[in-house]
Amino acid sequence: MTAAVELAGVHKRYPSGAVALDGLSLSVDEGRVLVLLGTSGSGKTTALKTVNRLVEADGGSIVVLGRPLDSWDPIELRRRTGYVIQEAGLIPHFSVERNVALVPELLGWPLARRVARSRELLALVGLDPARFAPLRPAQLSGGERQRVGIARALAADPPLLLMDEPFGALDPLTRHRLQDEFRGLQSKLGKTVLLVTHDVPEAFRLGDEVAVMDRGRVLQRGTPAQVRDSPLPGFVADFIAAARP
Amino acid sequence: MLRFLAERRSELLLLTGQHVLLVLVSAGIAVAIGVPLGLALARRPRLARPVLALANLAQTIPSLALFGFLIPVPFIGGIGVRTAIVALVLYSLLPILRNTVTGIQQVDPAVLEAATGMGMTPRQRLRLVELPLALPVILAGVRVAAVVSVGTATIAAAIGAGGLGTYVFRGLATVDTRLILAGAIPAALLALTADALLGAVQKSSRPGRAVVMLAALAAAAVGIALLARSPGGARPVVIGSKNFTEQVILGEILGARLEALGFAVDRRLNLGGTTLCHAAVREGQIDAYVEYSGTALTDILKRPVSPDPAAVLRVVREGYAPLGLRAGSPLGFNNSYALVMRRADADGRGIRRISDLVRYAATLRVGLFGEFLEREDGMPGLLRAYGLRFGVPPREMDLGLLYQALADGKVDLVVGSATDGLIAAMDLVVLADDRHYFPPYDALPVMNEDSLRRHAGLLEALESLAGRIDEKAMRRMNYAVDGEHRRPADVAREFLSGAGLLSR
Repeated sequence: MTAAVELAGVHKRYPSGAVALDGLSLSVDEGRVLVLLGTSGSGKTTALKTVNRLVEADGGSIVVLGRPLDSWDPIELRRRTGYVIQEAGLIPHFSVERNVALVPELLGWPLARRVARSRELLALVGLDPARFAPLRPAQLSGGERQRVGIARALAADPPLLLMDEPFGALDPLTRHRLQDEFRGLQSKLGKTVLLVTHDVPEAFRLGDEVAVMDRGRVLQRGTPAQVRDSPLPGFVADFIAAARP
Repeated sequence: MLRFLAERRSELLLLTGQHVLLVLVSAGIAVAIGVPLGLALARRPRLARPVLALANLAQTIPSLALFGFLIPVPFIGGIGVRTAIVALVLYSLLPILRNTVTGIQQVDPAVLEAATGMGMTPRQRLRLVELPLALPVILAGVRVAAVVSVGTATIAAAIGAGGLGTYVFRGLATVDTRLILAGAIPAALLALTADALLGAVQKSSRPGRAVVMLAALAAAAVGIALLARSPGGARPVVIGSKNFTEQVILGEILGARLEALGFAVDRRLNLGGTTLCHAAVREGQIDAYVEYSGTALTDILKRPVSPDPAAVLRVVREGYAPLGLRAGSPLGFNNSYALVMRRADADGRGIRRISDLVRYAATLRVGLFGEFLEREDGMPGLLRAYGLRFGVPPREMDLGLLYQALADGKVDLVVGSATDGLIAAMDLVVLADDRHYFPPYDALPVMNEDSLRRHAGLLEALESLAGRIDEKAMRRMNYAVDGEHRRPADVAREFLSGAGLLSR
């Protein structure tokens, strides 16, 4: 199995002096879901953003979709990568339909194909296209917005999805349902997914593998069962234990 | 009032058109500069602060002063439409600039990051996300700028740029309320219209489309303005005047006399005060205007006061020569300053001379125009010469409003001039200058030497008016305009015709 994303010894220090990544190494195999789990400030979001170059790493090597990061034009790279963020980050003055088909629009697809693709994806994430396509983001509930955000990330059929706390702003019930739907979707689509969360149950539910991060490094990596059943003593064990009901 | 407007319909339409054009052109330029500059500044917050402070500063300069500053500036300055547009652009810039910066900066950073993360180029992000989201705020700035411009554009008439302010200034100069309203009411209506129009665009669900329409409208207006520019040819003689009745009449007299002698004349009358006219004639923006020897001596040349008319004239001529200016022969009247009171007050207290005022000065309310407060031969010297102490600081008002204020009992003493027509018409008393404080104010044409070289016979033409206008004639003409509300041009022609000066 080949790695779709591979970070080796990546460093990042912000102008404020804060060290976000301290020699981070990790890899995500093609078609797998890797969850980066950690507290806020652990560097997990920074790690995610180095992959689509929203954050430029200071050192180390990053390979994405088989090519070293430097060889990617950032614009092209981002259009080949689905990106989902908390609160969805939808463009407020675009209709739902146009939001979903945003990357296809940037790629220059003809309008008819964009509309068809947008409707197809709305249906895929469980939103009735006839009803939702013309609405503005402000007219949607939080859960609906997040579904639109996922549909948008999938629109140009990218091989890689980057998801930053995609369900973080939702009530527990909606969050649970969307997590289930995401699993169903992923079993159909088989994307490579790098997902960031601070929520331990979410990490165990969604990840094929979980990497627990703290202070810019991965402390432990394994299947959800491995991490849950035999967490490394110290930070990992405390963090997992704290999440138990 | 309606008949009054109906009579002036075509002129009113022309002035309104000029006014709209001034505002459209300057707003268009301000948008073209302000929005891109605002976009650039929004990305450089450290630079944004000083630039906005500078724009703020420009905003605080009183408009008449700004017009004054601009007169000697090459290329953008001078008198006329171009300077007015420059000034209006300076005033419009701040709201547009500030709102563009604010509008861009208030866009949700999460939306921006999402847009970048989707693979938008910076240009796409600007066009698809930032500009549309900032548009309502930017439009609010344009709206403020447009409404302010409509108001400020009325002042543009002071530098001969036309517009509805022409009526306002003419009305103020001739104490004609109807004329003031004929300028002020349409200007107010224009401001309301601009506000409503841009407000509708701002609230519209498709502001982008409305903006395109407005831009097309502005472009069309600019196009018309460019087409309507007068074609080149022999330059007419440009006659200026200050902004009070007598000056306007004298401007008309000079103009009509020159026309009678075959010159083409461009009248730029009502050009603000002495400083403005002097700057304009020095720069050759106007070829000639009528100045008063005492004003030239003390106010322009900063020489000490002298009571001898011949000596004053000599000093003025010597002082003007190095400035490239020629002082012509006196027209025949001395328009000295005059301290004027209501007859009942003066008679009741036995006040005949300025020195009689000393006993009453503490209780008198004085009205005067701003220039007099500042001038070397004005208020400070007057107080010293007569040992006067007024109890209340003098109230500054427009020349045209002084006599109305005196008649209405708002003030008790005004500083006017000896030829003011309203002195006779309102039965007012001029106090004698018993200590000969005021220098002679002989009216005389001041001409630009370059203009005299360019227009053969101009000097002789203006000299033909030497000694032809006495105080009585001047006062009568002033009253015909101030009191009888006749047009200065008609009054001037009537005088010239009576004096046999309407023919060669």
